[in-house]
Amino acid sequence: MTDTTEATLAEICIVALAEAFRGDGEVLCNPMGAVPVIAGRLARATFEPDLMLTDTIAYAIEGNLPLGGDPSDAVVESYMPFRTIFDQVWSGKRHVVMGAPQIDRYGNQNFAAIGDDYRKPKAQLLGMRGAPGNLINHATTYWIPTQARSFVESVDVVSGPGNDTVASLPEATGRFHEIRRVVTDLGAYDFEAGDGTMRVRSLHPGVTLEQAQEASAFELTVSGEVPESRLPTDEERHLIREVFDPNGVRNGEFH
Amino acid sequence: MADKRMTEDEVVAELESGMTIGIGGWGSRRKPMSLVRAILRSDLTGLHIVSYGGPDVGILTAAGKCRKVTYGFVSLDSIPLEPHFRSVRQGGLLPDFMELDEGAFYLGLMAAAHRVPFYPTRAGLGSAMLSENPELRTVTSPYGDGEELVAIPAFDMDAVLLHMNRADAKGNGQFLGPDIYFDDLFAMAGAKTYMSAEKIIPTEDFLREGPVHTLKIPRTHVDGVVEAPMGAHFTECPPDYERDEAFQLEYAATAKDPEAWAQFRADWLELESHDAYRAKLVERGQA
Repeated sequence: MTDTTEATLAEICIVALAEAFRGDGEVLCNPMGAVPVIAGRLARATFEPDLMLTDTIAYAIEGNLPLGGDPSDAVVESYMPFRTIFDQVWSGKRHVVMGAPQIDRYGNQNFAAIGDDYRKPKAQLLGMRGAPGNLINHATTYWIPTQARSFVESVDVVSGPGNDTVASLPEATGRFHEIRRVVTDLGAYDFEAGDGTMRVRSLHPGVTLEQAQEASAFELTVSGEVPESRLPTDEERHLIREVFDPNGVRNGEFH
Repeated sequence: MADKRMTEDEVVAELESGMTIGIGGWGSRRKPMSLVRAILRSDLTGLHIVSYGGPDVGILTAAGKCRKVTYGFVSLDSIPLEPHFRSVRQGGLLPDFMELDEGAFYLGLMAAAHRVPFYPTRAGLGSAMLSENPELRTVTSPYGDGEELVAIPAFDMDAVLLHMNRADAKGNGQFLGPDIYFDDLFAMAGAKTYMSAEKIIPTEDFLREGPVHTLKIPRTHVDGVVEAPMGAHFTECPPDYERDEAFQLEYAATAKDPEAWAQFRADWLELESHDAYRAKLVERGQA
């Protein structure tokens, strides 16, 4: 029997992230982390059927694999070892979802290191990983479970360049740069205002503009009436709860 | 045909302090750990390690063996941040490092393998990868577009260490897991390349182990072969074995406590040989 209880915050975030893939067509959808992975699989199972997804190891797989499910149960449609992933990055046919312990008004992201001195940081985080190459080559979306901690005045180190940074580079350099969406525990944001700043696209049910602004060290851009983030449909709720994440891993990302 | 078999200690005897040493694998996956431990118990120092970093980088930096590390990340995979490496970085204990985009890192290996000074990429433009690494240069396309790109320099390495699932005594190597990572490029990029393997087998048995596409390390690029069953432990080496998560947790926990770290090194990492390490794993009931 389908669980019809009210959508949880994690499920609303999953739907908002899935919406970031709408219109992508035939690209490699490469989400990192439980909530983004569910979102990518959900988008493909519903409104974006041509997306390509991996088992998070080295295979591109068909069908609706549950989170942590055995990939040997899935149909393999292509081989995606890391080298092919990088080739795919540079070819542009990819949309990645990454985290952002720090992000600023123009979408500059830092997950490399925290502190004033990059040579001796207060906290060493992931390092550059794939951020520099991802941002300058194809669409990127960020998933931020705690907006109040991550929306900063300025980032300590730029691992993923934002819109103002890229605007200062030669035009040819930035031609593939696109920060598609930022999804947080409070709402969804885009950069469609025209000035490169982060704009409130929707707020999750019960969240006010004042609360969202309070949980940000920079001024959020608002244009017109801000809609409420959409709730999962019955089908989406079923897919999230029964198919992709029966163990509720999605609820563990908020802390 | 040369028989290239040697021991871990014989490999380390060919290395020198100050060398640039590449280490294959990825994070906590198929790392040549028996060779890393042989370096740890040697008197080598001042090394420059080039690696898709995992416990190899954590162990060698925490033990003060490194003057520099070139990396895209240092991770234990199931533990996203390598805790020993974090302590070293946060303590300012690593004299020098170059942190690159992980795709750009692949180009540094490829440039060295192909003996060209650099490969161009867009990765790094606009990010701290360029501003924090002033030795990185850009190039302008000589064609009509005139686009500016980052020139990732060739990672010239004095020696490279790898771990494969199978090898023959002549130095051909075979990976049987899901991903070779960049080990074939590492092998070609090293002035000398030393390859450990779970098992050394007769050449004619390779195709019984896996399809021809798994034979990715040709002997032309391999100088020494070490038979090291469980040689990647505690990192994963599928299909031979998965990561030893319990062991990795113990290793990671010692980053918080210098005494526990010294004890762990003595108990496990500084044992006199890989045979002694394996015997101890058997005692523990894990091999």
